[in-house]
Amino acid sequence: MSGLYQAQRAMRAMRGAAMQRGVIAILDIGTTKIACLVLRLDGPAARRETDALGPMAGQSRFRVIGAATTRSRGVRFGEIAAMPEAERAIRTALQAAQKMAQARVDHVIACFSGGGPRSYGLVGEVALDGAQVGESDIARVLAACDTPDYGSGRDVLHAQPVNFALDHRAGLSDPRGQTGNHLACDMHMMTVETATIHNLLHCIKRCDLELAGLASSAYAAGISALVEDEQELGAACIDMGGGATGISIFIKKHMIYGDSVRLGGEHVTSDIAKGLQVPAATAERIKTFYGGVMATGMDDRETIEIGADSGDWEKDRRTVSRAELIGIMRPRVEEILEEVRARLDAAGFDHLPSRQIVLTGGASQIPGLDGLAARILGQQVRLGRPLRVQGLPQAATGPAFSGAVGLSLFAAHPQDEWWDFEMPSDRYPARSLKRAVKWFRDNW
Amino acid sequence: MRPLGATAHRPGPRRRDPAPSRLAYRLHRLWLTPLVRRLVRVGLPAGALALLAWAVFADADRRAAIAAPVDALVESIRQRPEFMIGRLEITGASDVVERAVRARGPDPLPASSFDVNLDALREEIEALDAVASAELQLRGAGVLAVRITERRPAILWRSTEGLSMLDRGGHRIARVTRRAARPDLPVIAGAGADAHVGEALALIETARPLADRLRGLTRMGERRWDVVLDGGQRIMLPAEAPERALERVIALDQARDLLDRAVEAVDMRNPARPTVRMAGPAVAELRRIRQLERGESGR
Repeated sequence: MSGLYQAQRAMRAMRGAAMQRGVIAILDIGTTKIACLVLRLDGPAARRETDALGPMAGQSRFRVIGAATTRSRGVRFGEIAAMPEAERAIRTALQAAQKMAQARVDHVIACFSGGGPRSYGLVGEVALDGAQVGESDIARVLAACDTPDYGSGRDVLHAQPVNFALDHRAGLSDPRGQTGNHLACDMHMMTVETATIHNLLHCIKRCDLELAGLASSAYAAGISALVEDEQELGAACIDMGGGATGISIFIKKHMIYGDSVRLGGEHVTSDIAKGLQVPAATAERIKTFYGGVMATGMDDRETIEIGADSGDWEKDRRTVSRAELIGIMRPRVEEILEEVRARLDAAGFDHLPSRQIVLTGGASQIPGLDGLAARILGQQVRLGRPLRVQGLPQAATGPAFSGAVGLSLFAAHPQDEWWDFEMPSDRYPARSLKRAVKWFRDNW
Repeated sequence: MRPLGATAHRPGPRRRDPAPSRLAYRLHRLWLTPLVRRLVRVGLPAGALALLAWAVFADADRRAAIAAPVDALVESIRQRPEFMIGRLEITGASDVVERAVRARGPDPLPASSFDVNLDALREEIEALDAVASAELQLRGAGVLAVRITERRPAILWRSTEGLSMLDRGGHRIARVTRRAARPDLPVIAGAGADAHVGEALALIETARPLADRLRGLTRMGERRWDVVLDGGQRIMLPAEAPERALERVIALDQARDLLDRAVEAVDMRNPARPTVRMAGPAVAELRRIRQLERGESGR
């Protein structure tokens, strides 16, 4: 885990360099679109009081100065499938955003939904013998968390301390400065497949950029789509993307569970294409214009011109009623939601005090989805749109951009992760130097 | 039926790939680099301009070809009749001074007023001994008017360098060859006399009762005055308040005819003890009379 620690620390250092330069790019690599925002960081912001451990990574105000989206290519299920295609798509988005920002960007923070994220809750405890808790103690307790065997070929994407307990007082967000005998910590760790990260790294390197951070898009969408009290009291954010649906559960302003279902809006589109025998582009257009999941009597009478370019008059003049379209879409959406339901059940979402569910992402714009989701997921369902951030163009304020906006918040106000703390000194080679200094101080 | 218009109004082959090539992407990024941008936008045009200017002006002939019309234009404006000085009009100067001023004026005379530095010319004219001040004015019709205020001769000064005329301030005006050339002016002599002309004039005014006998004043030791009368008589005045001493001598003369007697010098240098130096024969005569008074026979 030490190599990963170093890699993540290197990314944090890169983020520091980007903050110094003042410009950073946000790249949301999705299955249907690739969104790129260019942020201008305006120096340190006032510290948010409710932050867990306080800003260890440095925080900043920001303003969006460039935004661009492009149709995604070479990405399937939120993972890069065809490298040159994906690289070209990333380049298109980046160039357009740079052109709008009129600034050259060298550092990028990326998020993706694929890679099969898995969540682990870790517990660690150390003895303190009555001393004040310092940063080194926190690093010690984080290092003491017993890492599960998450398998080879997987890497840690997030490792965030969620909760601290000092002696018998649990639920501390920042134990520094307090005294106790026994410090325990809960940490949430998320792993993804190494190959996904490597592919992404390679693509970004081919675009002459430095990676300054990585995040899961479920986490990013949760940051921007959940309002503060939902994050505090417990809520799940369902980010319904094109190729994958991300699930993140938040409580006490921390993500405690993240997962993704490899189903999304593109499956709905392909169902329509297959069912109506139309090309995927036409199916996408029909879905966005006429799609829905709740059929009414009116929908039987509303006919949709499907059209085609085959030359056969009968085929080119086909029509279909909206009820038929809904009949194609609804089972697939139900399947996605049921899959989400299964994941939430597995995570124990039922035990949370507040069971708010927020639907966001591009596929959440299907009319009537909130009613359907309420039947499957539970009563407290709402549609979420991303937080409003300064300078974001109107076109990029829809639910499809909650991942990108959340990632900008992540770039500007990152939560503390394990690698923001110094490695404990007994794992550190510099300890001999410390010992030498101590010897000098004792003897002279 | 296949729609005919679908392909008809598509002008060219549709570009399939909106992605920039790697080279285009890199060039775009390079162009967005502030340093490169500034270099291309400012540095390149400036460099090109500098190169062009250097290429044009490197050749001496071309430089001359560019400079010649400019010079000709400037010269043609300078030589316009409105700016020419044709005549020097001198007022308030004697013939000698006028000749000297003309010699210093612009020469040859139809000259451009751009070439004449009036301030320098005025200073040059005022440097003449006989000129107290000069006013120069460019009038229309090509006239340079010079109004000169001459110094007034007040006294003659005989020094080791000869006889010269001074004004009231002691400034030298001109050299005089003979005393007889200006019989109306009093004479002073001695080193440092020129610095005290005002004092000398006041003394001469005081000595008006003796005017017919007065020969002049002599500055002694750059400190005090001697009044020289005809026949070599002197009145030696103190350094302080010489006029009062002179008035006492004049009063004595008017009462007792002091100066008509055989007196060589009246010494007033110590005002508390005026002394009379008698001529040699007079002293012998006085001794003889005293001996007679004492009842002694002569020698």
